[in-house]
Amino acid sequence: MTAMPAVQAGGLVKRFGDFRAVDEIDLEVRHGEIFGVLGPNGAGKTTMLKMLATLLPIDGGRAEIFGVDVAAEPHRVRQLIGVTGQYASVDEDLTAAENLWLFGRLQGLRSADARTTARRLLEQFGLGEAAERRISAFSGGMRRRLDLAASLITRPPLIFLDEPTTGLDPRTRGQMWDTIRELVDDGCTVLLTTQYLDEADQLADRVCVIDHGRKVAEGTPDELKTQVGDSTLQLQLAPGADQALARAVVRRVLGEEPVTTPESGRLNVPLDVADRAADVLIALREAAVSIASVSVAKPTLDEVFFALTGHGTAAGPDADGPADADGPADADGPAGAVPGQDTPSLVDTTTERVR
Amino acid sequence: MNTVLAEPTAVRRPRPAPADPAAAVARTRARPGLGDTLAQTLAMAWRALKKMRRNPEQFFDVALQPLLFTAMFAYVFGGAISGDVHSYLPLLIPGIVAQTVLTTCMATGTQLREDMDKGVFDRFRSLPMSRVAPLAGPMVADLVRYLIGASLTYLMGLILGYRPGGGVLGVLGAILLAVLTGWAIAWAFTWIGTVARSARGVQGISMMILFPLTFLSNAFVPSRTMPGWLETFTKVNPVSHLVSASRDLANNGVLTAQVGWTLLTGLVVVVIFMPLSVARYKRHL
Repeated sequence: MTAMPAVQAGGLVKRFGDFRAVDEIDLEVRHGEIFGVLGPNGAGKTTMLKMLATLLPIDGGRAEIFGVDVAAEPHRVRQLIGVTGQYASVDEDLTAAENLWLFGRLQGLRSADARTTARRLLEQFGLGEAAERRISAFSGGMRRRLDLAASLITRPPLIFLDEPTTGLDPRTRGQMWDTIRELVDDGCTVLLTTQYLDEADQLADRVCVIDHGRKVAEGTPDELKTQVGDSTLQLQLAPGADQALARAVVRRVLGEEPVTTPESGRLNVPLDVADRAADVLIALREAAVSIASVSVAKPTLDEVFFALTGHGTAAGPDADGPADADGPADADGPAGAVPGQDTPSLVDTTTERVR
Repeated sequence: MNTVLAEPTAVRRPRPAPADPAAAVARTRARPGLGDTLAQTLAMAWRALKKMRRNPEQFFDVALQPLLFTAMFAYVFGGAISGDVHSYLPLLIPGIVAQTVLTTCMATGTQLREDMDKGVFDRFRSLPMSRVAPLAGPMVADLVRYLIGASLTYLMGLILGYRPGGGVLGVLGAILLAVLTGWAIAWAFTWIGTVARSARGVQGISMMILFPLTFLSNAFVPSRTMPGWLETFTKVNPVSHLVSASRDLANNGVLTAQVGWTLLTGLVVVVIFMPLSVARYKRHL
């Protein structure tokens, strides 16, 4: 029964002129799983998703949704999928309830059924009170939720989510994650794209990493992360602290060279087990190296990327990523351009995992 | 805490087995039926009407143009063309109606272009819906605009002293003909809307077509005053057919062959431009 994959694609190609936005990607998404497509801006994630969702013609290779050929029978495929785009695809001039009613009508619901479904979905997505408000007055998070609700009207078995949380604040992000999990609990398959390893880690059963239109890795989030170490201890040394001494201590405790980031006095220490952080801190205390701040972070997309491709993501300032263990400390580097600093994956490991 | 840390993401909740997708696949249909297409077109028309109601400035063109142009043309050209304002009105009013309806067609194309650039059209494309409905829906709603434009023109004429000899029925017939023709010709502008890159582009292209078409016709002056070659053109110009048919209906209350020519032109436009528009829409993005 579940032998038939939700998505099966082979040698998928999309060309824009000479540029291959998607270059020979193979993909298999099993029914009932959350599959994450991870990659930086411009990697080809959205393009690939649009091809699978019948929104862009396929230039090469083939794709099937539950065994139905995307290029040959797009109308059938559209009855099996819900698509939530990166930019809210709802009507600005209509109210939330009117939007859902319209989409219900367009998918063959009778007027009364469309109204009931709209009301149920609005309640379910916490938009009950905003039902009669126009979308132009909605916040970003509300729009995304409405957008997602609009994709669920006919309960399609496969949902495409294009960067569902990009631009959302952390709390709304968490809510969106819960909603996505509930979808799968209800028997949906979810294919989502994301720029955040953190998000893929939280949600996805399996992940594929895309770079320059090519698939560079595939596996469970854990498998991906083990390629870069499980977590990173980030140390900000107090002003005037002996950086060389600190490095030596880390080397002695872990047998590994810490990564110095462009920001001065900052050390990133890859940890295979997060517990070793304590050992490092104790050793530093004994060596009288004082520390301004400490955090344990999971590897960032940049670090995973560097491990997989040998270069950083396009978002990084250059290829001089944090995984560049032998790079000299660049004390004059631009502050704030530190990969891993600007991504939301910098979260307190303990609180996050006890959920 | 230690165990939790050592086993990072193993806390995933167990999930029930997903429903069999084969049933959902079996329920799918290869293409939308005629009934679906009709229902979807009406739903899209409902959307367009809602938007019109909420953005009343969309009515400025259909409301202001008849009032302004009728008065302007009547007082400026009336004396020169027909001797006095009053005897110019039977000639002018059907002409203004044709002009108003054509301008409204242009707005149909422009608004479609604007609409298609919005995110919601991504959703329409991803829904299992007829590809003609997103184009035909707004056009059904635009029938309201043609109706307002045509009616207001006749009303303005009446205010200025126009007394149509065709009576109420004749005028209603002329209005109906104008609305139908407008709807048909709007498909050409819808096609321009799907081809052009921007709403401004649609407007530019449409203007280039509209101006010659309305002024190189018998809409405002009798075409026998023009040079021979131009007179020949005005005779084949579809706008002239519409204007002549409307004059016959409104002023004399008679149904002439001009009505047939007008409807035929409309049909030809629909047959050519409806498939072209749908094909362009399918390819878009």
